Amino acid sequence: MPIDKIFKDDASEEKGERARMASFVGAMAISDLVKSTLGPKGMDKILQSTGRGHAVTVTNDGATILKSLHIDNPAAKVLVDISKVQDDEVGDGTTSVVVLAGELLREAEKLVASKIHPMTIIAGYRMASECARNALLKRVIDNKDNAEKFRSDLLKIAMTTLCSKILSQDKEHFAEMAVDAVFRLKGSTNLEAIQIIKKPGGSLKDSFLDEGFILDKKIGIGQPKRIENANILVANTAMDTDKVKIYGARVRVDSMTKVAEIEGAEKEKMKDKVKKIIGHGINCFVNRQLIYNFPEELFADAGILAIEHADFEGIERLGLVTGGEIASTFDNPESVKLGHCKLIEEIMIGEDKLIHFSGCEMGQACSIVLRGASHHVLDEAERSLHDALCVLSQTVNDTRVLLGGGWPEMVMAKEVDELARKTAGKKSHAIEAFSRALVAIPTTIADNAGLDSAELVAQLRAEHHTEGCNAGIDVITGAVGDMEERGIYEAFKVKQAVLLSATEASEMILRVDEIITCAPRRREDRM
Amino acid sequence: MALAFDEFGRPFIILREQDQKTRLRGIDAQKANIAAGKAVARILRSSLGPKGMDKMLQGPDGDITITNDGATILEQMDVDNQIAKLMVELSRSQDYEIGDGTTGVVVMAGALLEQAERQLDRGIHPIRIAEGYEMASRVAVEHLERIAQKFEFDVNNYEPLVQTCMTTLSSKIVNRCKRSLAEIAVKAVLAVADLERRDVNLDLIKVEGKVGGKLEDTELIYGILIDKDMSHPQMPKQIEDAHIAILTCPFEPPKPKTKHKVDIDTVEKFETLRKQEQQYFDEMVQKCKDVGATLVICQWGFDDEANHLLMHRNLPAVRWVGGVELELIAIATGGRIVPRFQELTPEKLGKAGVVREKSFGTTKERMLYIEHCANSKAVTVFIRGGNKMMIEETKRSIHDALCVARNLIRNKSIVYGGGAAEIACSLAVDAAADKYPGVEQYAIRAFAEALDSVPMALAENSGLQPIETLSAVKSQQIKENIPFYGIDCNDVGTNDMREQNVFETLIGKQQQILLATQVVKMILKIDDVISNSEY
Repeated sequence: MPIDKIFKDDASEEKGERARMASFVGAMAISDLVKSTLGPKGMDKILQSTGRGHAVTVTNDGATILKSLHIDNPAAKVLVDISKVQDDEVGDGTTSVVVLAGELLREAEKLVASKIHPMTIIAGYRMASECARNALLKRVIDNKDNAEKFRSDLLKIAMTTLCSKILSQDKEHFAEMAVDAVFRLKGSTNLEAIQIIKKPGGSLKDSFLDEGFILDKKIGIGQPKRIENANILVANTAMDTDKVKIYGARVRVDSMTKVAEIEGAEKEKMKDKVKKIIGHGINCFVNRQLIYNFPEELFADAGILAIEHADFEGIERLGLVTGGEIASTFDNPESVKLGHCKLIEEIMIGEDKLIHFSGCEMGQACSIVLRGASHHVLDEAERSLHDALCVLSQTVNDTRVLLGGGWPEMVMAKEVDELARKTAGKKSHAIEAFSRALVAIPTTIADNAGLDSAELVAQLRAEHHTEGCNAGIDVITGAVGDMEERGIYEAFKVKQAVLLSATEASEMILRVDEIITCAPRRREDRM
Repeated sequence: MALAFDEFGRPFIILREQDQKTRLRGIDAQKANIAAGKAVARILRSSLGPKGMDKMLQGPDGDITITNDGATILEQMDVDNQIAKLMVELSRSQDYEIGDGTTGVVVMAGALLEQAERQLDRGIHPIRIAEGYEMASRVAVEHLERIAQKFEFDVNNYEPLVQTCMTTLSSKIVNRCKRSLAEIAVKAVLAVADLERRDVNLDLIKVEGKVGGKLEDTELIYGILIDKDMSHPQMPKQIEDAHIAILTCPFEPPKPKTKHKVDIDTVEKFETLRKQEQQYFDEMVQKCKDVGATLVICQWGFDDEANHLLMHRNLPAVRWVGGVELELIAIATGGRIVPRFQELTPEKLGKAGVVREKSFGTTKERMLYIEHCANSKAVTVFIRGGNKMMIEETKRSIHDALCVARNLIRNKSIVYGGGAAEIACSLAVDAAADKYPGVEQYAIRAFAEALDSVPMALAENSGLQPIETLSAVKSQQIKENIPFYGIDCNDVGTNDMREQNVFETLIGKQQQILLATQVVKMILKIDDVISNSEY
């Protein structure tokens, strides 16, 4: 008596070899997809959204590409997930992590085909990844104590990160900008304090870092356009009609005169409020909510600059920059901390008017104004800059750095290779495979640059045989070169995260021997 | 089909719309049911043991789960067959009751069904088989009791507990750092355990996960972790020696439950109402301040004005904290949950040594740590990991480990793992079989054979020769009369599970056998399946 099925309709089940095959193929497809964006000569992808307007994104940021894909293969989803986590955690290396995981699985597929059990492969991979990490730890450079050198390290890291992006033309300019911005944060990883404003027009070179704070808002009519030595009150309060918040209150009147009286009282209340605000001795008032015409006029009369409808982030940043607290009640002006800055003025960037706060008390926050030819360029520039900022802010906390250009991969591959030779048993095949997967990254970088990867990697491997070698692939000249001289640096934290999450993900996929797909949830037919 | 005629030859209708139903009766029904049960067990079989493989499950919304936890696999599998659903229930009840061994119980049930099929072919009545199984299970459970060993441990010497948890964790993907995770689980359980009453309330252990970092960063926090931040961005991020007011009333004007209306008809009333409103906010904040609170944790939201007043009076506050978390905080800090501002008193405040906000990664996610609580009876296991699936799987593994530790505290007895207990039981049942006269004898033997299938699956998954290994271990157990020999899954080189430190809890094993027998009995007793045929 054959059992027909134990699953619901539409649900499917794949077992053993087939399941493994499905996940290998899926994972490799994803890694091949983003592979061509790796390295300084990587290409970009155009993503067209299916949403309204078919918005187009041009990017070579791995996480952005993968985020926008609609994927059905479960293993591929695992890779998408690791790249997303990499983005959240360290900000860069989103492509590398997927490529490495893909290569590890490609190697694993070969081993499985030659009848080595996945569990053995996992055991080997684990040993190898531990060994690779230790190899990196041995070779890290740490210039924590030497502020000047550390700064130049950061600069080099920023340039290395940026050189694979659209900003590579002006990478010195942007690297300088990013390092300055991150140093202002003084060790905090809160990138919120760095505001990126995109304004189309001009060229990328015209982008600049502003020490102050720029608010993309307009100054109310008839109010001063320029204030020196400003006392700022940052507020989050209703300046339209102040509702009575006690539940169930409502106005009920029996004659027109009463209406007028109540209206008068309301107006009086608002006037009172404004008076109290003015009583703080301020000359600038920034509110998160709307400011209606009436209070605005009152502010104008008092010569106070009032800015309405600054959104939540704007308020928080402004509070951070000027050192003022965000106020919602105004009854005790003595104890409310006001924000201060030297100068508030309206400035023009391109065609837009913005409000510029300069000479602020607390220098943590700053603004970066990006200029560029089109929205696509600006969006991509923002992503690239964000990557660089993330990496830098992480590096400030974990000051260890490594050389770049395929150097860390070669160092790891060499150590792992040596481990393979020492290990007895089938595991050594897996360890060897791990080292091959590591080498695939410099190979891809070279391939993407149109260089003879086999020749270059072989040369590199030979160079690395000598102790303490700094050789890596110099894509610009197309030859093997000393990475320290060329100033190509990478953050240790990024490399470590790439290594660990790629191993973890490939391990996870390897352990699977069965895929069960549930029936997709039925959409309600609205026909 | 069921069709009957009365004395005039007119048909009765017994089943409504019988054309649209399919019906299986007698031996066919049992066979079909057994086949379905076996199919489910077959899926799980490869997940058993330290070298077991994982399953990847794609949910109806395309979300992915990767796990080798039996209960989770079955839960997500979305089965349609009734018997398969019974198996799902089986592993779920093992999960609720014991928390671990959810895969083993299904494999066991599958093996029992397979054996039952063979007995059915011999023409033994299903009820007799069921009865035989029942007797055999009793023998097995008693035997387990005999071979079980008591473990001595106390708060300072928890090594045996750690070892047992490690056995549980070794079959999961987290086995890379099973030692540290097992220690975390044991410490967590010990922290909340009531050793006098031998009871552990697992609700006091909160398991939180956050993507990022690596598995090694997983930590145990003696306190509470809540996924919230301070209500006002400029409130202090760290509070030493906090006195916590735990409120379930919002910082908002009161909303009486009875319907009412406040009519404003004169300017004076408008003015008084306005004053009252201001006063109201002021009073609320002042009340908290007066009792000496330095941190307010509230279940509800704050009005903008209240928020600022709190900030202004230097009283940090957290809003929108969930009910469960609120309870945990109250337990941990020794505070009381206060439903009304009027009832706030200094005694009702909770106390914690440090409350601090911590941010993670490049996104602006923050979490609030409440540590060094007055009454450290609530702990949090904070899991980090490379990706979402990893975190989820680690959560499940930690849950299993916590359950195992709890079971050990309840009942100190352990049996040896690696199939050793099953083999010992199988030998005992086999020996007992001969004493029973009648058909049941065959069923009891079949039960013994079914018990062998767990070590067999273990050996198979570890890449060993199943039959060869099993028979070798079996003969070793008989020869030396020691029930500690099991399958050497990790290729350590010894069969002695005492040396390998592979333990399982006695109640876990007993429950596995009892639950599996029960479900199999139930399945065997079904002789008629009526189901709606496909449209």
